Amino acid sequence: MEGVVKKFMFVNRKAPYGTIYALESLEVVLISAAFDQDVSLAFLDDGVFQLKKGQQTKGIETKNFSPTYRALDGCDIEKLYVEQESLEARGLTEDDLLVDVTVLSRAEMGELMEQQDVVLSF
Amino acid sequence: MKFGILVNEGPYQHQAADSAYLFCKAALAKGHEVHRVFFYHDGVNNATRLTEPPLDDRNIVNRWSKLAEDNQIDLVVCVAAALRRGIRDENLAPGFRISGLGQLVETGIEADRTLTFGD
Amino acid sequence: MLHIVNKSPQERNSLDACLRIAQSGGTVLLIEDAVYAATRGNTAATNIQEALARLKICVLQPDLDARGMADRLVEGVTAVDYDGFVDLAAEHKNCQSWL
Repeated sequence: MEGVVKKFMFVNRKAPYGTIYALESLEVVLISAAFDQDVSLAFLDDGVFQLKKGQQTKGIETKNFSPTYRALDGCDIEKLYVEQESLEARGLTEDDLLVDVTVLSRAEMGELMEQQDVVLSF
Repeated sequence: MKFGILVNEGPYQHQAADSAYLFCKAALAKGHEVHRVFFYHDGVNNATRLTEPPLDDRNIVNRWSKLAEDNQIDLVVCVAAALRRGIRDENLAPGFRISGLGQLVETGIEADRTLTFGD
Repeated sequence: MLHIVNKSPQERNSLDACLRIAQSGGTVLLIEDAVYAATRGNTAATNIQEALARLKICVLQPDLDARGMADRLVEGVTAVDYDGFVDLAAEHKNCQSWL
């Protein structure tokens, strides 16, 4: 299967810390970087909270994994997409996010999803 | 057609493991191939041979083992998720193996369709 | 694209999210607790009826049967068994589970 490049999308719809999904999803994303695939990350609904600036987890004695999103760039994972309505519904703007993202309308997000070969959601 | 399956939840607590199993069974009966079932998050709990459900209930773990044996399906448990939850080689049911997350990405590349069953 | 939803619309927003994002011409398959969405009288049934204009909506019959809801499926929704589920996955180029 050498040389096969598929479009992978990781869809994140859950907030961090309340459940482990966000953290373990990020672990797959990091591994996928080693396979030279066309990787995108989509943040929808509560998933946008994963990217909120200023996470301080000392008080809940849990590892703050949010800096890892900033490290994705160094692994050649640069396609981070956030849906506009999900941000707005949660009182957030692009300035609240800890990493550069592309903000998409619902239609653009749907279109992007259609183009994928593999969509993994956690 | 070659299917890859991702199971994100443990047995009994969620229906995900049942749905995934029934999907695999139907796909195989129709002549499709199941390339691999990858167990992630609490899904790793599908792999423990220490499971003992009441006699009148389905045995989800044994059912996976049998499906794998009858159809040569690769049942892979994510190592990081497994170690977090106390799943090790010592308590692995037949047919399961522990490996890295790369196996999930590889399934996505090799399978014609990858389906996720979770919460 | 095949969209798979598995949660009751009264418990989670996954059906709403799916219907918001799904492109016309796609298929939505309701499994597990999501089957309640396609039953008459459910507040989500209106959304399902509206969505039928642009999406194919299917429901997994064994999940509907298990929940005692088989007699109140919304008109226009297609019931499929696991064989049909496999066919839907094979027919569509890609799929997304709205977890």
